[in-house]
Amino acid sequence: MFLNLLFYTFGAVLVGAALGVVFSRNPVHAIMFLVLAFFNSAVLWLLLEAEFLAIALVLVYVGAVMVLFLFVVMMLDVNVEQVREGFARYMPVGLLVAFIMVVELGQVIWVRSWGISTLTTAPPLPEDYSNTKALGKVLYTEHVYAFELASVILLLAIVAAITLTMRKRPNLKQQDIAAQVAVRREDRVRLVSMPAEKKE
Amino acid sequence: MKRVLTLLVVSLLASGVALAQTGADAGFWAGLPDPLRLTILTTAQVVGVTVVLILCVAYMTLAERKIIGYIQNRIGPNRVGFKGLLQPFADVFKLLFKEVVVPTNSSRFLFIIAPLLSIIPTFAPWTVMPISDSFVLADIDAGLLYVLALTSMGVYGVILAGWATNSKYALLGAMRSAAQIVAYEIAMGFALVGVLMAAGSLNLGDIILAQQGGVLNWFWLWLAPLFVIYFISGVAETNRAPFDVAEGESEIVAGFHVEYSGVAFAVFFLAEYANMILIAALTAIFFLGGWLSPFEGLLGADSFLGQPSFFWFALKTSFFLFCFLWFRATFPRYRYDQIMRLGWKVFIPITIVWIAVEGVFVWNKVGPWSHLATAGS
Amino acid sequence: MPFITPDFAPALAEMTLLGALCVVLIADLFVSDERRVITFWISIAALAVTLIAILAAQPLSREITFSGSFVNDSLSTVLKFAAALCLGVVFIYSRDYLMRNGLRKGEFYLLSLFGLLGIFVMISANSMLTIYLGMEMLSLSLYSLVAFDRDSSSCAEAAMKYFVLGAIASGAFLYGVSLIYGVTGTIQFDVLTTRVAEAGSDDVALWFGLAFVLVGIAFKFGAVPFHMWLPDVYQGARTPVTIYLGSLTKLASFALATRILVEGLPALYEQWHQMLLVMAVLSLIFGNIVAIAQTNIKRMLAYSTIFHVGFILLGFFAGNAEGYQASLFYTLTYTFTALGAFGTVALLSRAGFEAENLEDFRGLNARSPWFAAMMACFMLSLAGIPPWVGFWAKLHVIAAVLDAGRFAGDTAVIFFSVAVIMVLFSVVGAFYYLRVLKYMYFDEAVDRHTLEAPADMRVALSLNGLAVIGVGLAPGGLFALCAQVIG
Repeated sequence: MFLNLLFYTFGAVLVGAALGVVFSRNPVHAIMFLVLAFFNSAVLWLLLEAEFLAIALVLVYVGAVMVLFLFVVMMLDVNVEQVREGFARYMPVGLLVAFIMVVELGQVIWVRSWGISTLTTAPPLPEDYSNTKALGKVLYTEHVYAFELASVILLLAIVAAITLTMRKRPNLKQQDIAAQVAVRREDRVRLVSMPAEKKE
Repeated sequence: MKRVLTLLVVSLLASGVALAQTGADAGFWAGLPDPLRLTILTTAQVVGVTVVLILCVAYMTLAERKIIGYIQNRIGPNRVGFKGLLQPFADVFKLLFKEVVVPTNSSRFLFIIAPLLSIIPTFAPWTVMPISDSFVLADIDAGLLYVLALTSMGVYGVILAGWATNSKYALLGAMRSAAQIVAYEIAMGFALVGVLMAAGSLNLGDIILAQQGGVLNWFWLWLAPLFVIYFISGVAETNRAPFDVAEGESEIVAGFHVEYSGVAFAVFFLAEYANMILIAALTAIFFLGGWLSPFEGLLGADSFLGQPSFFWFALKTSFFLFCFLWFRATFPRYRYDQIMRLGWKVFIPITIVWIAVEGVFVWNKVGPWSHLATAGS
Repeated sequence: MPFITPDFAPALAEMTLLGALCVVLIADLFVSDERRVITFWISIAALAVTLIAILAAQPLSREITFSGSFVNDSLSTVLKFAAALCLGVVFIYSRDYLMRNGLRKGEFYLLSLFGLLGIFVMISANSMLTIYLGMEMLSLSLYSLVAFDRDSSSCAEAAMKYFVLGAIASGAFLYGVSLIYGVTGTIQFDVLTTRVAEAGSDDVALWFGLAFVLVGIAFKFGAVPFHMWLPDVYQGARTPVTIYLGSLTKLASFALATRILVEGLPALYEQWHQMLLVMAVLSLIFGNIVAIAQTNIKRMLAYSTIFHVGFILLGFFAGNAEGYQASLFYTLTYTFTALGAFGTVALLSRAGFEAENLEDFRGLNARSPWFAAMMACFMLSLAGIPPWVGFWAKLHVIAAVLDAGRFAGDTAVIFFSVAVIMVLFSVVGAFYYLRVLKYMYFDEAVDRHTLEAPADMRVALSLNGLAVIGVGLAPGGLFALCAQVIG
């Protein structure tokens, strides 16, 4: 009962935040709504006793991905007016497509869903069950192939990102740290002895 | 006036104590339903921890000014109260009564919410912090991850403050801080991977227990590179000197909080110091055995010094806090590109290498955590 | 459940390729831009080693390992061998182009090898998760390859389109997979087959999942109506990348469709063959008609790709062993024919000049009769004129469809009309292929530069052309191989 209440509360906030992402005029506000949405979905996972995934979601998405998002959006200074140009012109088409999709999905699901049984809640887990341990165990045994593949994809992503961003531009000034560190006093300081001037 | 105030405070305290006593006597407390009792108890604990933390922050500011003063051959504040002991309260009241100026053309909502976003992640991790061998607010399994997740959120306050202010200095400060925090968080995370490999658990209490058996079994020795990197990254993560380019008074005035005043500024201030305390406490837990006694096994288990206690935890935390101040008084500020280079090109590779070395240790059952290798099958 | 250490031997090819790729990654660091050709040779060596590993890992029977997420069978041997060979040829065609156009980055080879690894993973996948990871690996390397030339805005535009649409397709695919998993409780193909057969094929959620998975497959193939990215990306990317895209990815898409539809969801044939029918017929019609209007050869070949994809999908539509064999035959021959056609485009390009318009082929016969003849071979094969190999490929697919029609009962008329459409549009397609021949043989050359190409490229291109006609004259061996692989 209490769990249900929590679920609906956080679910409602999640939906609200998701709508906020779509309807915010300001991209920075939209990102903050997205952060809120991630938080709420993390809480929903917590309610499912998936605490490792929930915390990982916050750690990865809120802590890293969205920060970079925010970083980029702030740097870009998106002109909202320009983006919204032509909104009214395309809206009828968009609405039409959305309407057709809703009708189709509804038709398929609604009409034929009479026989589908609803999901039951999962049985409660034993007291000493550790989500993290269980995940770790299957990740490194049963799904080791997929796990290794994911690591190769990450390596590929690093290579691709560096390929696309790193290029030597002609007039770029760079520090050579090794040279800076290796500097000796004699290279920089020149002692000049000057005779004292006489007062005329 | 002064006398009236004193009287009021004393009488309030007295009545509170009296109420509590009569309540306990009358069985009022015992008569409450269980969930309500639990809620009241937990709330009281949370409030207690928070209040103590805020007091620590207050005296941290005083300690900073005093210590740096002595390092620089000055006396430091000594006017308010005995030897300047009431100085923090004077500062706080001054800030509280000042006006919060919101710049025109700033994003008002975000401007106000930014300080809050920076303070929450500094207080929330204390819920899982094993403060003494018998007290922790919430003993959860994935404690370390939880701490990591929350500390990674501190950057939002800084970025949003910088952006919402709508000033170029603030934005520059925010950008610097964001890039810096993201860079050092990776090194920090890797250092923690080393810790959890050695401890075999994500629970902070278990991490401390894994270091039992005297000073040489604490992780600082076996994970020395990770220990150093973790603490330095922690200093960078809190935007403290010598990594304080986000504020950089001499270059960008005060960085992200250039336009903040009054309470809003006080909250940022509070967050910065609370963050320092957090990092110091975490370093103590991960690498210096938290509440374990350094004389474990040397002095008798019945003597106070030989037992694990809050005292040791506080002592170790204080040591790291002192280091924060020491660094600030000693080192000149890093240049921005040097910070980036240190984070990405020095720290991250070292941590990765040490994790590999540690893997070899674990596999060959070398080191105090050799019992772990037998646990897996 | 006790865990048994998996048998690593079947994955020898993947492991060898990954190891070789890491060698390329490290070695390339120490090579200067002027001597980038070293990276090329190391990459070729890596491919050679991989080819040996593929043959060494050749299984006697179907091997499944890594807790059911990896399969090694004769189909995977054939496809992997073709893919690795094809990539080697791509490298040979590309090297000179890259050097002449100042794209002297070793990452081209590196990213391509990553893509090949992704293709291998898809080919050997036995679970939805594995196949998805392979798909992402391939896509990610392709996105970055398309955007490879940082100074070209058309590359950036193409990469952006490809990336955004590809991400949506991946999302749709994953959504479908999650629905299928929700219904059946498994992502492993062999288990999936039995579960679906047990549960019956009239579960709505399953159909939903299937539809979304098909969207993903159709996108990777570039079948209508998920073809929007294809012409823009083919045209926008630099020619070496287009060669890669136009040839190798078809092998991957074929593996994707075979593993999921034929091995994973045969019980849903009734559902997916209808969806395939619509997409395939639209691809035949649309690809062909739009290709006629093109003046840019890369774009024209892109639209013709859509047309050929229609044929490959119709092999699946037939739904019998002959159909799958015909599809495999078609995919293999199309891959190598397209490889040659795009390779010729690279051959004609010079430093700072992109021979991508049809007019650039004017009078090629006068400039180089031999390569004009090779290009003619590729075009005639694509057009499906006997005795070139493309004819046999088309013939087998049409035969398979007609054969399936004989057992189809009431719906036989659909199969027969599809066969008629296939024949009709093959004739229409011949128009724009033969137009290239007309430019080459009957028009005056405007551009009188001699063709500059290194010896290895000339040899490779000639062998490629000779293979297209050689296999066309004696298609029996290749077809027997296909028949043996798909029993």
